[in-house]
Amino acid sequence: MASNAQDIEKIVDRQYAAGFFTEIDQDTVPPGLDTDTIRLISAKKNEPEWMLEWRLKAFARFQQMREPNWAHVSYPPIDLQAISYYSAPKSDKDRPQSLDEVDPKLLETYEKLGIPLEEQKMLAGVAVDAVFDSVSVHTTFRDKLAEAGVIFCSFSEAVQEHPELIQKYLGSVVPVTDNYYAALNSAVFTDGSFVYIPKNTRCPMELSTYFRINAMNTGQFERTLVIADEGSYVSYLEGCTAPMRDENQLHAAVVELVALQDAEIKYSTVQNWYPGDEEGRGGIYNFVTKRGDCRGARSKISWTQVETGSAITWKYPSCVLKGEDSVGEFYSVALTNNLQQADTGTKMVHLGRGTRSTIVSKGISAGRSQNAYRGLVRIAPGAEGARNYTQCDSLLLGDRSAAHTFPYIECRNPSAQVEHEASTSKISDDQLFYLRSRGIGQEDAVNMIVNGFCKEVFKELPMEFAVEAQKLLGISLEGAVG
Amino acid sequence: MLEIKNLHAEIDGKPILRGIDLVVRPGETHAIMGPNGSGKSTLSHVLAGREGYTVTDGSATFNGKPLLELEPEERAGEGVFLAFQYPVEIPGVNNVYMLKAALNGIRAYRGEKELSAVDFLKLVKARVKAVGLDESLLNRPVNEGFSGGEKKRNEVFQMSVLEPRLAILDETDSGLDIDALKAVAEGVNALRDEERSFIVVTHYQRLLDYIVPDYVHVLSKGRIIKSGGKELAHELEARGYDWLTSEAA
Repeated sequence: MASNAQDIEKIVDRQYAAGFFTEIDQDTVPPGLDTDTIRLISAKKNEPEWMLEWRLKAFARFQQMREPNWAHVSYPPIDLQAISYYSAPKSDKDRPQSLDEVDPKLLETYEKLGIPLEEQKMLAGVAVDAVFDSVSVHTTFRDKLAEAGVIFCSFSEAVQEHPELIQKYLGSVVPVTDNYYAALNSAVFTDGSFVYIPKNTRCPMELSTYFRINAMNTGQFERTLVIADEGSYVSYLEGCTAPMRDENQLHAAVVELVALQDAEIKYSTVQNWYPGDEEGRGGIYNFVTKRGDCRGARSKISWTQVETGSAITWKYPSCVLKGEDSVGEFYSVALTNNLQQADTGTKMVHLGRGTRSTIVSKGISAGRSQNAYRGLVRIAPGAEGARNYTQCDSLLLGDRSAAHTFPYIECRNPSAQVEHEASTSKISDDQLFYLRSRGIGQEDAVNMIVNGFCKEVFKELPMEFAVEAQKLLGISLEGAVG
Repeated sequence: MLEIKNLHAEIDGKPILRGIDLVVRPGETHAIMGPNGSGKSTLSHVLAGREGYTVTDGSATFNGKPLLELEPEERAGEGVFLAFQYPVEIPGVNNVYMLKAALNGIRAYRGEKELSAVDFLKLVKARVKAVGLDESLLNRPVNEGFSGGEKKRNEVFQMSVLEPRLAILDETDSGLDIDALKAVAEGVNALRDEERSFIVVTHYQRLLDYIVPDYVHVLSKGRIIKSGGKELAHELEARGYDWLTSEAA
């Protein structure tokens, strides 16, 4: 009988199930990064002058910045000049009006992922803005949303059609100077999603975007902006997988959320970028800046993320709690396997009185991976009566993986309450044997234990997404799950 | 049904079982008694397929299959069930959900169709009553926050749903007060029939007042040193183990 550690390795050493590559003609610019590149992107997208200026300003600042090196990850230097900054499927020029006009190969890709657009279209309550590489290819449910006054479109469209909203909110949560990758994104972003929920409106369906990187050596710089006006509510789902490839890919997205008075934004992510092979070759570098601004009183922003992919993840969805009694939440499952590295967590910045935040982080490390939680809870002097609760659990599979926890707490108001709980455990032989002796196969047993460990986070996900998340976790751990 | 021949097993190079011979026929209940450290729990674990033990000699066949070569879940599929001395807590995993996966795992092994959710629920409702398990425990995480008695009852409940051909009860009486003990024993007795066999591992005779065995075996230093009928248990109760262990030495 093999030892448990070996068996677990067998289970986790699976090939990336979503790994396949679709050949589609790409309209790709040559690699390189300078002001000409930025002018070219802006021109290709037919952007107004103010947008180009904003990009150039960001680029000027970017050139004075340095790549951060404080994260618990290591990778060879990234040559930004070797990346192509614009790539769009050829169908870009005349956007398909229905599924029939969509490149069948693209549809095939989605079907392999088990998320056929055809089916999603019928899935009540879910609108899909599918981002294939850099340009939105397909958007559904626009009419129904328009009826409610909800704007849900690609970022490029929003620049054309809602310039006043873009000018007002773009960069107001994540300034161009925020960090190296955010500055880079601001200069070269190609597309993304834009959402505006009008006052006192409950978005009639969950908004969903599926991302997919599909061009060799093409950096992906998504820009997402979600604005929930006073008294509104929206649940936004973001999910992605990527085809197998051998080149490292930089992914530096920026997501900005704005919640005005009494508004609530629920932002859920299932992330499954290609993690690289067992030797750590290939895989996505995921350097993301996500931040939500609880600008109004009693506003609420909730981040839920399930991270199973990427070679390197550098990601801290954060909340700035400005409004009185505003609420920030962060629920996270981060699974790393093989040679994956994740440095992820959150920042909760309490500025307003009576602000509250909850952090529940579950890290699972398998193979030879490195999994770090990094969290900051900052209570400003004015945050009278602020409260934070942090729970941070790590689960180790096998004996070659590592979990790290870096909690930072800065409290400048004596009336605040800050709690931090942390635990680290291994899947025990006892648990495995118990389940197996009941007739449950080893793979299913491991999967069951891991899913149980993540339950507190999964229950925060919308129903369909929770199923998707469990499936991804299963795929990442064992290849296939029924 | 079960035939153990000259079974030797060790843990970390230390011999624990030194030649066990035992035959269990359908419908029989065998009690394995013995002092601490005699190898009782090791025998249960080796039969159920727990890792960490090395079988150095001998064999165990179960309905003609080489039991010791099967994975634990395959043994469950063949109809072996181990009621744990210390049932394991599995945070976040719903008790009934786990049991459904277990039952369907066993059915899949046997080439049977999965039980529908409705049929499964019916079965669960019937069995939970029969063993007197608090229904609210069904949807709690497996064994988490259960009292000692509840954990053991949960084991018997699982057994009643999985309907094994051979159930091994590993010190099921440990840590139970007399009422809990009776309840657990009743649950076990309800499952006894002409086909199903039991191996009841216990330190004390007390449990055997309620689960009356057909045979009693005394284990000492990894060997069965005496076998007899149920009256042997009473003799042990009266005289302790010393007279036997010194006799054997």
